[in-house]
Amino acid sequence: MRITCPFCGERELGEFTYLGDAKPMRPAPGASEDEVYDYVYLRDNIAGVMDENWYHGGGCRAWLKVTRNTLTHEISAVEPAAGAGARQVAK
Amino acid sequence: MTSFQSNRLADGGLVDRSAPLNFSFDGKSFSGFKGDTLASALVANGVKLVGRSFKYHRPRGILTAGSEEPNALVELRSGARREPNTKATTAELYEGLDAASQNRWPSLDFDVMSVNQLFAPIFVAGFYYKTFMWPAKFWEAIYEPAIRRAAGLGRAAGIADPDHYDKAWAHCDVLIAGSGPTGLAAALAAGRSGARVILCEEDFVLGGRLLADGGMIDGLPAAEWIARTLSELAAMPDVRIMTRTTLFGVYDGGTYGAIERVNDHLPSPPEHQVRQRLWRIVAKRCVVAAGALERPIVFAGNDTPGVMMASAMRSYIARYAAAPARRIALFTNNEDGWRTVETALGAGLQIAAVIDARAEIAPEQRSLASKSGFPVLHGTVSGIDGGKNGVRKISVSLTGGARAEVEADGLAVSGGWNPAVGLTSYHRGRPKWRDDIAAFVPDGAPPGMVAAGAANGAFGLGACLREGFAAGAAAARDAGHGNGSGSTPVADDQAFSLTPLWHVAGKGKAFVDQQHDVTASDIELAQREGFESVEHLKRYTTLGMATDQGKTSNVAGLAIMAAVTGKSIPETGTTIYRPPYVPVAIGAFAGHHRDETFHATRLTPSHHWAAEQGAIFVDTGLWKRAQWYPRAGEKDWLESVTREVKAVRSGVGFCDVSTLGKIDVHGADAGAFLDRVYINTFSNLAVGKARYGLMLREDGIVYDDGTTSRLAEDHYFLTTTTAKAGLVMQHLEFCRQVLFPELDVQLTSVSDQWAQFSIAGPKTRDLLKEIVDSSEDLSNEGFPFMGAREVALRGGVRARLFRISFSGEMAFEISVPARYGEAMARNLMIAGQPFGVTPYGTEALGVMRIEKGHVAGPELSGTTTAADLGLGKMMSTKKDFIGRVMAGREALVAADRQVVVGIKPTDKTRRLRSGAHIIPKGQTPGPDNDQGYITSVCYSPTADQWIGLALVERGRERIGEIVHAHDPLRGEDYDVEICNPVFYDPDGGRQRG
Ligand SMILES: [Zn+2]
Repeated sequence: MRITCPFCGERELGEFTYLGDAKPMRPAPGASEDEVYDYVYLRDNIAGVMDENWYHGGGCRAWLKVTRNTLTHEISAVEPAAGAGARQVAK
Repeated sequence: MTSFQSNRLADGGLVDRSAPLNFSFDGKSFSGFKGDTLASALVANGVKLVGRSFKYHRPRGILTAGSEEPNALVELRSGARREPNTKATTAELYEGLDAASQNRWPSLDFDVMSVNQLFAPIFVAGFYYKTFMWPAKFWEAIYEPAIRRAAGLGRAAGIADPDHYDKAWAHCDVLIAGSGPTGLAAALAAGRSGARVILCEEDFVLGGRLLADGGMIDGLPAAEWIARTLSELAAMPDVRIMTRTTLFGVYDGGTYGAIERVNDHLPSPPEHQVRQRLWRIVAKRCVVAAGALERPIVFAGNDTPGVMMASAMRSYIARYAAAPARRIALFTNNEDGWRTVETALGAGLQIAAVIDARAEIAPEQRSLASKSGFPVLHGTVSGIDGGKNGVRKISVSLTGGARAEVEADGLAVSGGWNPAVGLTSYHRGRPKWRDDIAAFVPDGAPPGMVAAGAANGAFGLGACLREGFAAGAAAARDAGHGNGSGSTPVADDQAFSLTPLWHVAGKGKAFVDQQHDVTASDIELAQREGFESVEHLKRYTTLGMATDQGKTSNVAGLAIMAAVTGKSIPETGTTIYRPPYVPVAIGAFAGHHRDETFHATRLTPSHHWAAEQGAIFVDTGLWKRAQWYPRAGEKDWLESVTREVKAVRSGVGFCDVSTLGKIDVHGADAGAFLDRVYINTFSNLAVGKARYGLMLREDGIVYDDGTTSRLAEDHYFLTTTTAKAGLVMQHLEFCRQVLFPELDVQLTSVSDQWAQFSIAGPKTRDLLKEIVDSSEDLSNEGFPFMGAREVALRGGVRARLFRISFSGEMAFEISVPARYGEAMARNLMIAGQPFGVTPYGTEALGVMRIEKGHVAGPELSGTTTAADLGLGKMMSTKKDFIGRVMAGREALVAADRQVVVGIKPTDKTRRLRSGAHIIPKGQTPGPDNDQGYITSVCYSPTADQWIGLALVERGRERIGEIVHAHDPLRGEDYDVEICNPVFYDPDGGRQRG
């Protein structure tokens, strides 16, 4: 599998680390235990297209949101995380 | 003395007669020529018997001339290089080649185990399951060793492989598998467009079937066309041709696996060269021009030496100028088989008869027969009279019911051709059935891959060239290149008519899978017993599960299953295809990652100095760390470590702690960021101060700990444990980039930039004064406990100095740029001489932290909470942080959790060992009353006894209680007292002094 890092270009899988589903958002301070429980433990098990967090540890250390089909491994989009520096670069 | 090559033809072939090569097979000497394979050299020497079969030890000969070979497997080379199950049909001959047959004892000619044939009824499909069921313990002791002796393939060397293996990457626009007419035409089309092309050919000569079958292309004989094509390709700088390289797998994103047998054709690799190289090739497009494999017809005695695939017979005669037989019969169900007749006659060999299963044959064939004087028999082969010395007579069932016999010493068999659908099916693509050629063709190939030519079911030479050229051109276009110049190579198309024939019913064993000794009746038995699905059939009979993966047997097997179940072949379907296409040595996958280069090694900045001191090193992750520094006369590690601890506690010592993860945290929100990742608060830490911090995972369990210092308003210096250095960096980057992108904070890994030393002991300040510039105030007032700031060293080097203590002594940690690390160690030794400075290793470090009750890796085990570690009070209630909410869940704050306590044996002379279970006194050890375990132990020189830390249920309420330590692993049982985990200087006066 190969991922096109927005900063480094197309790179092979071994440079990246998978974290998991990118959909759950960390609840704001003051959230209830149930909300945090959902965030920490409950994940959809998607057979198809999903957004995932990947880390380019063998390259630029950016966290990326990778849109991947879990059935075919086809990657349809790669975006830098909000704080990965893309906005600063774009300026 | 080498024997005369009795079956070498007088002329022709692609062997170099000026380069004779001597070799031995089963200890007997032979000679062949450069350009031979081991198989062709054996054929040239008239050797027919090359092995004994897997289960029945039946005599077997050479069936094919390629990597699909099921029978001619040998142990190649000897000693540490001995390689079992090597195909004689692909092993290139070299001077001094040494091969031995497999599965025979005591000799190939006389094999005791061939009595297995008499017991054949018990060796039928599923016999392992049926026969060796009970009792279970008999498996290991009796059945398995016996089966392994009786069956099984070659023997592994049993000694470490002396050769090197390499791994490499390659990138291209168009990858082509195979160099037959299809592959070469594809390479021409893609190469002419300017595309980057890689062509892989598993053979050592390019040309594929053209090498044996010839033909005319663009008006040139095939050999001349190949030469012209190769010189055109050689002139293209972006076309790379790799021979001896098999494309064995396809992976996601257009990544392909290939194995290059770099030096397998030599006795041993030249110095500094690798034996094999594993390639990962990234290609935008791939053209599979892997050709097709001729398939056998299953009939009684079809495994007799001398029975050979018709196309293989052509290869031996035309390519290698070696005659597999002098008087050849052909058994075919298709047009293509007849080519063998032409080739054999052209080489001056006799044709005994052609047995053709088709109702009609072409007039040209009939006239060839009458001209050459051999009979054409309409019918099938029903049996073979022959044995280990080859074929003598062939029994024929004529259409209409009569019988005939043919005297011949070799039988060529052609049952049609199966396109090589492996590569195209590795992503679960199911090949589809084509009735006109009675074969499966590729369907559902992975993205970017297309099959062409014979691999796609196009069997004529002209069609192969057209499909290959078109596929190469299309692949180059898809990869972003234009149309190349030049036109499609042109050749005639041969007629191909076939009457499907898989199995001729008859008496005697008829083999489907010759490598695994699976017969037609095994398949019928499997069906009777309910194993009808092809996946069940495969596993029950082991059809296609040998090293050849059933290349010559799978389709015949499922055709027979289709016949007995009354289904069609496409209804019956194929099993799932999986890589690798050919066996790949584990060594090639490992490459250089073995022995001391199994993984990268990280050395601390003072490593070479420590080695000079005679330090004993320990592997911690990738690091080598000095574990202790033995001195002359010390009898064991304990004596050395005890001396080091005493020296620190009474004087001064130092230890390289550069392996800690080190991260610079910059930015206006650096403090706010740390507040969110640590359970305690850092935004209120004064500049010039350090603080111990604890991180949780989001599920409330402790993740990591370390000291973080504030060097400026917007600059913190954070340390992690050695083990978690990389993971904490990744975690903090996740927090910064994904969770809290609104914060103005930047992280920089500086683990490798700073050499860090812990200097500890009551004389630390005396030593530091010799190192640090005299203007720096190191007094308790000028540099109090938990102070942290940049200082100048004598000579001007800037260092970071931290007054922190892991040992419990008056201590500092000092960071200098990594390039000064070794000089720092040397200077500490020189400057510290008057104070008796003692370098200490990780063992003494560990002893002192246990004496001081500091938790470390064994306590931060991924199951403990901050409160379990006795650090619950650090958890801020005034802010949000990672893990805060989950840390408050019921089970994580339960009163009966196992918490860190100290333990000491009631018998002061007893040694403790970590891992022992804590059981209430007087109770029988068992899971119901297991209350925890010992996590860390050491011999404490200070207490003069073994002490430890343990996780014990409600431990803090049980100080003073005597409990039982139960260690079933080492067979030890003893009593220990639960105590305060801080054994040394509980009020902390020494580190503040
Ligand atoms: Zn990157």
